[in-house]
Amino acid sequence: MSYLKIDHVDKRFQRGAATTEVLKDISLVIDKGEFVSIIGHSGCGKSTLLNIVAGLTPATTGGILLEGKEVNAPGPDRAVVFQNHSLLPWLTVYDNVALAVNKVFGGVKSRAERHDWIMHNLDLVQMGHAKDKRPGEISGGMKQRVGIARGLAMEPKILLLDEPFGALDALTRAHLQDSVMQIHATLGNTMIMITHDVDEAVLLSDRIVMMTNGPSARIGEVLDVHLARPRKRLELVTDRTYIAAREAVLKFLYERHRFVEAA
Amino acid sequence: MGQPVLKGTTAGATLVSLSGKPPEVVPLPAAPSKPLAAKLIPWGRSALVNLLPPLITVALILLFWQLAAHGPQSSLPPPTKIWEEAKDLITEPFYWAGSQDIGLGWRILVSLQRVAIGFSLAAVVGVLLGALVGQSVWAMRGLDPVFQVLRTVPPLAWLPLSLAAFRDSQPSAIFVIFITAIWPVIINTAVGIRNIPQDYRNVAQVLRLNQVEFFFKIMVPSAAPYIFTGLRIGVGLSWLAIVAAEMLTGGVGIGFFIWDAWNSSRLSDIIVALVYIGVVGFLLDRLVALIGHVVTRGTATN
Repeated sequence: MSYLKIDHVDKRFQRGAATTEVLKDISLVIDKGEFVSIIGHSGCGKSTLLNIVAGLTPATTGGILLEGKEVNAPGPDRAVVFQNHSLLPWLTVYDNVALAVNKVFGGVKSRAERHDWIMHNLDLVQMGHAKDKRPGEISGGMKQRVGIARGLAMEPKILLLDEPFGALDALTRAHLQDSVMQIHATLGNTMIMITHDVDEAVLLSDRIVMMTNGPSARIGEVLDVHLARPRKRLELVTDRTYIAAREAVLKFLYERHRFVEAA
Repeated sequence: MGQPVLKGTTAGATLVSLSGKPPEVVPLPAAPSKPLAAKLIPWGRSALVNLLPPLITVALILLFWQLAAHGPQSSLPPPTKIWEEAKDLITEPFYWAGSQDIGLGWRILVSLQRVAIGFSLAAVVGVLLGALVGQSVWAMRGLDPVFQVLRTVPPLAWLPLSLAAFRDSQPSAIFVIFITAIWPVIINTAVGIRNIPQDYRNVAQVLRLNQVEFFFKIMVPSAAPYIFTGLRIGVGLSWLAIVAAEMLTGGVGIGFFIWDAWNSSRLSDIIVALVYIGVVGFLLDRLVALIGHVVTRGTATN
């Protein structure tokens, strides 16, 4: 039995008499512990696909199976790290994570256990020192770290990352990518990440799902990245497998599925 | 790449030592511990800058007023006459010499108590109704037109109806406050809730927050700046309405005092009462604004 199964998902948006087909016949099976990236040009519907997996957007036809059971509403078993961090600005870093932990583990863990679990997750993303700060007082990269801590703290079956590093500068992004790799190596989470960064996809993923341009976006190709872990950014620069994978994705995106509307 | 840069730094460091001038630590002049007077000067300056202009304005108004109303045929009393006639009201706001012969401070407190009850009810009911209207499309379609019509009804127009319903002046006055203050609270809360970012709603959905948790943990804090705008308008309107309502219902409030003073031609007393009302209204507005500022300090900085 597959861990997560995206089963023949179609998504159409109806606006008045006009129907726009965003996703067409998306099927994908993801194993436990796998890190899968979904890459494609902007507007291809990759965020819509992630929202369907999260349950935030309903699929028009088809469905999502998690451990063999259909899921069609959002829940903490599929935690989302949102593109713009989505921390609640009136809560401190600690309280943002606590909101999730208290909701998910309120009946299971004692108060002290929950506190330890919150601090454990903040430490995991190296944000324990800023627990009493509000989101407005920390940098974009730190906000995203807290967002990841909040997602991890729900102990999800699958962690969904929606262009998590899109709004960050290159150096901060590299730091966070390393953190995510380390967390993935330590905890063995199943993760799906939306990205439009080719290097990021190759560096982090076990598989890269490449989507064609919308409307009616499909899965164009799936690339297995056979790179040993732990992966080191600097060593990979000259690695043949890395270069080949990078080239394959670039060719897919810029030769066969050039984004014609991009100015 | 790194090599030349490193060399450059070394060369620079060598140069410094060769020139025979070992790096010296130049002591900064020790910050003199300021005397108390020096500390008070900037504070005094800002107080002066903020207080002086309004004081000058008030002095000019009083002067103009005195000049305009000092003649014997003048229908309104000049400031000096007010001071002579109503000195006790100005200097002793909290005297108590019988059930109707009490200081303006007590009267203001009675009016404030009515406002407190009516306004608190309006705040609670207004936020709940506003949340309903902001959250549900059907509630908005059903309720919003009714609210838009009702909110244009002047506060005092409700008074006869509420007197008929409650058969007592005290609850009637409170009801008038309530019905006056509730509309801006409802409308602003609804706008605030409609403006909750989709991100926060997504977070709530992923966490499976129930309605009550969503209301207290996402809705109210997120809409707090809007809610406090509504509350601030509401408290101002309540204060406007209570004075008018008390003129008609009687009792001990500041509104009735004005009406009573008018009936016995004590114009000076009325003018003193107006100043009291204005100052208290200003303080009420500032109080709600201050609470709003403290409560929403997190929401404002995203």
